[in-house]
This record gives sequence, structure tokens and C-alpha cells, in this order.
Amino acid sequence: MIELALKKIGAQTRKMENPPSILSYYSIVGPKEGEGPLKDYFDLILEDDLWGQESWEKAESKIQEECVRYAIDKGGLSSENIDYLIAGDLINQITPSSYSARQLSIPYYGIFGACSTMTQSLSLGAMLIDGGFADYIACAVSSHFSTAERQFRFPLEYGNQRKMSAQWTVTGAGTTILSSTGNGPYVKYITTGKIIDPGITDSANMGSAMAPSAIDTLVNHFQDTGLDPSYYDLILSGDLGYVGKDILMDLMKKKGYDLSKNYTDCGVEIFDKFEQDTHAGGSGCACSAVVYNGYVFKEMAKGKYNRVLLMSTGALHSTMSTQQGESIPGIAHAVSIENTKE
Amino acid sequence: MEYIKAFVVGGIICLIGQVILDNTKFTPAHLLLTFLLSGVILGALGLYQPIVDFAGAGASIPISGFGNSLAKGAIKGANEKGIIGAFTGGIEATGAGVAAIILFGYIMAVIFNPKTKD
Repeated sequence: MIELALKKIGAQTRKMENPPSILSYYSIVGPKEGEGPLKDYFDLILEDDLWGQESWEKAESKIQEECVRYAIDKGGLSSENIDYLIAGDLINQITPSSYSARQLSIPYYGIFGACSTMTQSLSLGAMLIDGGFADYIACAVSSHFSTAERQFRFPLEYGNQRKMSAQWTVTGAGTTILSSTGNGPYVKYITTGKIIDPGITDSANMGSAMAPSAIDTLVNHFQDTGLDPSYYDLILSGDLGYVGKDILMDLMKKKGYDLSKNYTDCGVEIFDKFEQDTHAGGSGCACSAVVYNGYVFKEMAKGKYNRVLLMSTGALHSTMSTQQGESIPGIAHAVSIENTKE
Repeated sequence: MEYIKAFVVGGIICLIGQVILDNTKFTPAHLLLTFLLSGVILGALGLYQPIVDFAGAGASIPISGFGNSLAKGAIKGANEKGIIGAFTGGIEATGAGVAAIILFGYIMAVIFNPKTKD
């Protein structure tokens, strides 16, 4: 058994030796998200979710591309300075990301982690920088209600009823620029999740499908680092929604971790359940991405939060696997962000 | 009175559908087929026509009414033309409806673009 990986602490967690700094960030959301409780935090709110394009898929691509451009601008860089673009989305063969990357001409890794893509991208970006392979990396994701709805659920013109356990895919994009130097906030730990499949086959109930993997990642993070949940000012899961959030709180309590004071879920926070009729909450790659890049990093800059644990959650099924009756594999990747380097 | 009967019976059929949709894992597609096939079976047993006679459009407009027409047409065809009629009768009886669906569906698809939900 060889053990030469010095940054490896515990089974699933890695500690950054030179913590990459978050240089800049940007968030774009659609009209519905722009009416939600976090509306004052987003950098750009679209008035029309087609954004002048002829299809929602083209619109999603444009949203991601513009989001990356704005984030690079905000960091005082140009696209030639970016070593890697690590991006993903929900659509078949992640075409919105690849068409966005086609315009950006930055060396590109397209990744798929369903709704967990934002922390997957941040984890990979942080490791590339800490490993000395890059100075600047753009981590980007997008999702769009109308593209996801018609791929995973039903055609829009069909107008079907949504179940109460169903979640609402967030329209938007989030980009974080990681840098090898800077004044923080810093990526300190990453905990890579394992696939946990609780056997849920109903794609209108993804909160229940993803909660067990989120619990597994959290428990591993605390075991590997030796930290207690109270160490963090805020622990955020990606898009478990109301259903998954309750499951996670209950089961974590049974395992001896009290999350009642500092934990919430981006899918719960992004919409007003009663005013906006979104049922079990928000979902999609952009759900956690716009909350991190819109709300969390801005509040960290103001000093409201100093230590946060971000954990986007993904349901790794396809329309084909659902039609064939396969259950939904869940995943969750955690990234800890702190205002100070030590 | 006619309107009230149609409203109540049509409403009850839709209520059954809503209760099934809210309390089971049925998708809208499962429900559509279940109602269609229920209409066929009830129609073939002669149990659906009395509901149509009572409620008119309240029972003939839901998809179960379409199933009833299929069954009735197949039985009529079989009586008139034998075994071949059993195959053609259902389509003959519902042909006007099917052609109208295709025509109006096409027109709507040409005129309108799908919009996002809100």
C-alpha cells in the first residue's frame, strides 16, 4: 500500500497546501429567480429567459458564456489569462457548456455531475491550482428550466401538472474564478463524494434520492478533517429541496451531528415556496452556483460568514435510465471556503 | 339541467383522475391510457353508453368517451362486416375525431411557440 499523497487526509478529503483564492465570481439568473428572496444578490437578472435567442438551449449557452466573460472581467483579467475552463450543465452531452466554450476559446474540460457540477468543478479547479498546473481557472455551470424540463420531464407545450415533491430547475449560471494567489476567500478542503443509491425510481422525487449521498459526504468530511459542524458559519447543500433537507437533518442528528443552527439548502432558499408555487424547491446546476456566487461569496466579503462548507448534490440519472426503471444514483461533493488562509 | 349534468359527471371523471395523479406514482401518460382503456372496457360491456346518454358531453368529451366510441364502433363493424369489421369499425367511428385532432394540432403548432411555465 503506497501512501505518498501528502494532501490526502482521510479517505475522501484533500487539504490544499497552498489554498487557491477566489478571485472573482458572477451570477446570472432568469426572471423567476430574480423575483425570489435572493434577488438583491444576483449580478444580472434576465427579463426574458430566451435572452434574444431562438431556442432555450441557445439561451442557456449564451447565459453561461456571458457569465464566464463577466466573471473574467470582474477579476481584471482577459480570457487569454485563464488556463482552464471547467464547465458543465444538465443537457445531453453538455452541449450548452461546449457551445459556450466554443466562443470563449479557453482550454476546456467539460464535466458532468448533474446538479453537483459546481462543487465538482471547484474541487477539480482547486486541485489543479494547488498542484501547480494553473494560475487561473474558470469554474462555470448553467441550467435552464425550459431545457431541463423538456429533456428530463415533459415537453413544455404539453402543460402537465407538477407533483408536490417535484423541484423547479433554476434558470441561470454561476462562474467562480480561482487563482493561485490572492486575498481570499480560500478553498481549504475538498471532500469528493461516493455514489449512494437509495433505490428511488421516481424522478419527481430527487431530494430523497440525493439526501443519502449528501449525508455520506458530510460525515466523511467531518471524520476526515476532525471538525465539528459548529466550526462552520454556514453549511449549504445544493438542491435537496424541502424533502431532502428534512431527511438530511433527521439522519445527521441520528448520527450525532447537530445541523439545526447553521445548515440550509440552496433549493430551499432560492424561491419563496408560497409566493412562487415551486413545490419542493429549486434544483439544477445553477441552483447552488447562483447561491454561492451571488449570495455566499458576497456575504463572505462583507464578513457575515468566515467559514462555509458548500456541497452541491447531484442526481445522476438519464431519461433512458428512468424509462428503463433504473433507480437514481446520488452524489455530493463538498468544498470548504474560508476567509483566512490558516 | 343538461349543463349541470354534464358539469357534474365530467367533473367527477376529472376528480377521479386528479386523485389518482396526486396519490399514486402514475404519470399523466399512465392516466391517459388507463382512462382510455377503461372507456373501451366499459363501452364494450355496454356500461358507458348510459352515462353518455345521461350526461352528454360530460361523459363523451373525456378520453374515456373516446374509448367508448372505439368499442361501440368495433362492435357495430363486427356485426355488419364480420371479423374485418371488428378491426375497421373502431377507427371508422372515431375517424372524424382523429382527423380533427391532427388538423387542429398541426394548425396550433404552426401558429404558436411553446412558452416556459411560470
